[in-house]
Amino acid sequence: MSDLFTYTLRIADSSLILGQRMSMWCSKGPTLEEDIALSNIGLDMFGQANGFYEYAAQLDGTKSADDLAFNRNEREFFNHQLVEQENGHFGITVARNFLHDVFNFLFYTQLANSKDETLAALATKSLKEVKYHLKHSSNWLIRLGDGTDKSKRKIQEGINTMWQFTGELFEMDEIDKQILNAGIGVDNTALKKDWDSLVNKTLSKAKINRPKDAYMATGGKKGLHTEHLGFILAEMQYLQRAYPDAKW
Amino acid sequence: MKEELFQEKIDKEQKIEPKDWMPEDYRKHLIRQISQHAHSEIIGMQPEGNWITRAPSLRAKMILLAKVQDEAGHGLYLYSACETLGISRQELVQQLHDGKAKYSSIFNYPTLSWADMGAVGWLVDGAAIVNQVSLQRTSYGPYARGMVKICKEESFHQRQGYEIMAEMAKGTKEQKEMAQDALNRFWWPSIMMFGPQDSDSPRTGNAMKWKIKRQTNDELRQSFIDKTVGQAEIIGLTIPDTDLKWNEKTEHYDFGEMDWDEFWNVVNGNGPCNHQRLAHHQKAHTEGKWVREAAKAYAKKQELVTQ
Repeated sequence: MSDLFTYTLRIADSSLILGQRMSMWCSKGPTLEEDIALSNIGLDMFGQANGFYEYAAQLDGTKSADDLAFNRNEREFFNHQLVEQENGHFGITVARNFLHDVFNFLFYTQLANSKDETLAALATKSLKEVKYHLKHSSNWLIRLGDGTDKSKRKIQEGINTMWQFTGELFEMDEIDKQILNAGIGVDNTALKKDWDSLVNKTLSKAKINRPKDAYMATGGKKGLHTEHLGFILAEMQYLQRAYPDAKW
Repeated sequence: MKEELFQEKIDKEQKIEPKDWMPEDYRKHLIRQISQHAHSEIIGMQPEGNWITRAPSLRAKMILLAKVQDEAGHGLYLYSACETLGISRQELVQQLHDGKAKYSSIFNYPTLSWADMGAVGWLVDGAAIVNQVSLQRTSYGPYARGMVKICKEESFHQRQGYEIMAEMAKGTKEQKEMAQDALNRFWWPSIMMFGPQDSDSPRTGNAMKWKIKRQTNDELRQSFIDKTVGQAEIIGLTIPDTDLKWNEKTEHYDFGEMDWDEFWNVVNGNGPCNHQRLAHHQKAHTEGKWVREAAKAYAKKQELVTQ
């Protein structure tokens, strides 16, 4: 497995798993308009996942994008643990997405300058969509934080619950370092400062508290996950696994 | 006098617009029909939504999610069209939850395999299009214009559904079995989507005179069957009706007796998923209450700030 392949696959995995989570909102949104918006974000994430998987498949040379999405096990998925967390109530989803959207926005802004033309192009395309996602989650964060007492409690609960999964976003392992040194990848550690300031700004607009940094979960890059991912994959991969000879 | 002018307008194929005078029964009929149509789009999201997380390829996943999202959009146009008649979306949703407003019975059938995504697109959307194409000429302006937009998307959905069926029908043995099974389960409910036979349809009279409805249930049903038989043959699937036969004289297909007991049973709430569908909608609505309240409270605070 080349480093570039793994690097690309990690991005694709986070997009796919978040897309899968967002698609679970379909027909359950708090308003019809919001139902459409949540599906739209899911669609964007699937589109992004597809682009990165196609590129990973090309780098691999033997597998298709669908093979990569539907025929790998839990320990072979490298998404951030943050995106596999359950939707919970609307406040949990908004908090999870907001924390990830800020990261994605900063990450794709940098990746758009990659020496690797395909990654740069995929990042540029994704960035357009992620800007909208960030606007959507930020607006809801503020609306819920500064709405009613109940909504304030719920969005604060969301931020508190998701906080421990944010440390992982800025980790750099050997693969990341290699890809960074090749002028292709992003220095995630360097994104932390901007992430902090953007998150702090929005949390303060929403009049909710930033949790204290305590224990931070880790493992996504090594294929170590929370219990949720197994169920996501079991559901998502069921047809491909049950009928391995079938084309759909 | 007013009523004569109204009828004259309709007879001249002029559209009735929201601010025009209309008989109370015309308004009521439209509210009932358009809201039923809107609720069908919204409840119809569930049987297909059931397979989004299990769609077997990235492409299939995107197409299905986009499709269900389109249904939500159709619901939105239709609720808006209905609101031009002087009723709010909130009231319409309340009527759905109270069981006063209906939605198409087809959505009370479960989707049990991936082939059902094909069958629903091909047959259910296919039947819906026949009806909706006809409704593009309905006499109420906002409804007719909504239909034009909806028809474009529905015909895309129908082709997608047919593509899934075709793909499965030429696939592995299991896939072909799933495809035939889906056709067997969805055929009769689909042709019953057009409603009771004309001889038993109490509302057809005025609806035709007012040109809300442009073709009768039986005419629409026949046109759907005539179109669909050939499509099944091309992909090698068998329509589960032994009486289905081309009639040289009428130049239409003859078909078997529909099971109206089952139809009325499902309409009256005893279908496999009636309870589940409504409960799902009510649950989402209830769980979203605090979010809607928060959005309102926030908007109000913003208004105070800008004043």
